[in-house]
Amino acid sequence: MNDAIIEAASVHKTLGAGAGQVEALRGIDLSLQRGELALLMGPSGSGKTTLLLVLGCMLTPTSGSVTICGQPTKDVDKEGLAKLRREHIGFVFQSYHLFPTLTAAQNVQLALDIRGERGRAAVKKSREALAMVGLQNKVHSLPQQLSGGEQQRVAIARAIVANPSAVLADEPTAALDGENGQAIMKILKSIAQERSRAIMVVTHDPRVVPFADRIIHIEDGRLVDANESEYKHLPKVTALKM
Amino acid sequence: MRLALTLASRNLFHDRLRFIATLVGIVFSVVLVMIQMGLFLGFGQMVTTMIDHATADLWVVPKGAKCFEDPSLLDARLANRVRNVDGVAGVVPLVIGFSDWRQESGEMTPVFMVGVDLREPGLQPWNIVDGTVEALSERGALAVDRSYFDRLGVNGVGSTAEIRGKRVKVAAVTDRIRSFTTTPYVFVDLKNARMYTGAPPDRASNLLVRLKQGTDPEKVAQSIRAEVGDAEVLTNGEFQSRSRSFWLFGTGAGAALFAGALLGVIVGTIIVAQTLYSSTKDHLGEFATLRAMGSSNSYIYNVIIYQGVLNAVIGFCVAAAIGLVVVEATARSALPIVITPSLMAGLSALTLIMCVISAIGAIFRVVRTDPATVFMR
Repeated sequence: MNDAIIEAASVHKTLGAGAGQVEALRGIDLSLQRGELALLMGPSGSGKTTLLLVLGCMLTPTSGSVTICGQPTKDVDKEGLAKLRREHIGFVFQSYHLFPTLTAAQNVQLALDIRGERGRAAVKKSREALAMVGLQNKVHSLPQQLSGGEQQRVAIARAIVANPSAVLADEPTAALDGENGQAIMKILKSIAQERSRAIMVVTHDPRVVPFADRIIHIEDGRLVDANESEYKHLPKVTALKM
Repeated sequence: MRLALTLASRNLFHDRLRFIATLVGIVFSVVLVMIQMGLFLGFGQMVTTMIDHATADLWVVPKGAKCFEDPSLLDARLANRVRNVDGVAGVVPLVIGFSDWRQESGEMTPVFMVGVDLREPGLQPWNIVDGTVEALSERGALAVDRSYFDRLGVNGVGSTAEIRGKRVKVAAVTDRIRSFTTTPYVFVDLKNARMYTGAPPDRASNLLVRLKQGTDPEKVAQSIRAEVGDAEVLTNGEFQSRSRSFWLFGTGAGAALFAGALLGVIVGTIIVAQTLYSSTKDHLGEFATLRAMGSSNSYIYNVIIYQGVLNAVIGFCVAAAIGLVVVEATARSALPIVITPSLMAGLSALTLIMCVISAIGAIFRVVRTDPATVFMR
């Protein structure tokens, strides 16, 4: 059985046009496996976010291919890409992006609502997801009544409530203190292991390295060997698995 | 409640100032349209009030008569010919026309005389609050509406004045028989009407025709047409419609009312569109997040349209309450605003359409939102 949830082959992505054209990704080959937590690390401007957007079906590659659970994204229109995201991918954003007028439970439930899951079952699922991230007592709280760590946990609950095959997290600990950052990474790690989901975390934060099964290094739009990376000094960096 | 609706309502009520501004815009617009259309309906009812209250199945009117108030005259002797037509139960000549009313103080004011043979059912004053119809058959007796007491310088039954140098006396007082012009209606007996309007004895303004039960009005009208030469024969409905279309469209009054209503719709649509667009722009980050999460475009459209619908429902309820107060306040005025259930239903649909159309601009803005922007902030 193929455990690859997201696969990228020879992915190139050019952004902009004319004199401002930039080749953000230059031949990326990557496979994100079920049950692993991978870190995507690299300096600013290295192409981390572009790669995340391509793997997350928000951008299509200029050349090369991306498949999500075996489905190619090539020639898929915007609604089709949205459907792929809806069915297979959960997102966690650096700035949480919770809906300020909705309670924690409603924020989580929204991920089910856009999939057409409504009613009591959806309410139950959203409460379970909040309980999983330790926020069973905050279901009725509005985002502004929660700390940064709690808001990020709501965002994680929202990302996993619909049981996606992969979770892509963009700097999920960047706005948090050490303790909260650790708590968030523990949750993501447990989702990868216990729920057998593929998790990719884009990060600059060396404190999260111990949680990684694998670290993917990117520089100038190319994946590089750990030894060539500016992060080579970090502990527990495993070899790039392909 | 659906979560999309919850999100829409929270987005809407979150910025209270903007929500109030939107509501004011919608209410202003709907009330404006309501009043214009209410005036239109009120005017439409008032211009046919005499026809509505006449006991007539058919009207014989001078050729080309545009409305009840048309001063043209026809040969009164036609009444005898019409009476002999099969299916006709009775014919009553009607004499109408302007005259001058001279108060005891000497002040003059124009009046509109309505005179019929009061012994037969035809067009008698209604809503009588003092005096009797029978008393009008006396020489110089007449009926006036109490809303015109000040204008006519009278204060009830027994008050006197002069018309064309003849002494007249108020013998009956009516309630709410108001003219849509500034000229009060004055009911008199047929003979007196001829005297006060100067109509010759062999002339009449119209003939009111009553039919025997079970006869076909169209068929009898056809037979009457063969007897009355140039004069026209109209059913009650045809005469109402002709009068209404003359006063509403022939004079431009209806067009002005419609133009006002259209202006209200345009103003309302622009206000709602502007506020919805600005609200959507403020929540673009949220819509981008929804899109990044994989939401379909239609889900996002629903959220925006729900906002428009909520605006419409709340705005319409407030406007309807104001409309009812306006109706009550104008009920006894010269031109009451009439709001019918069908007008209310039409306005609610119009408000809804206006608010949903207003959402289109916001939808166009959201469509251009790139979900990737969520990762840039």
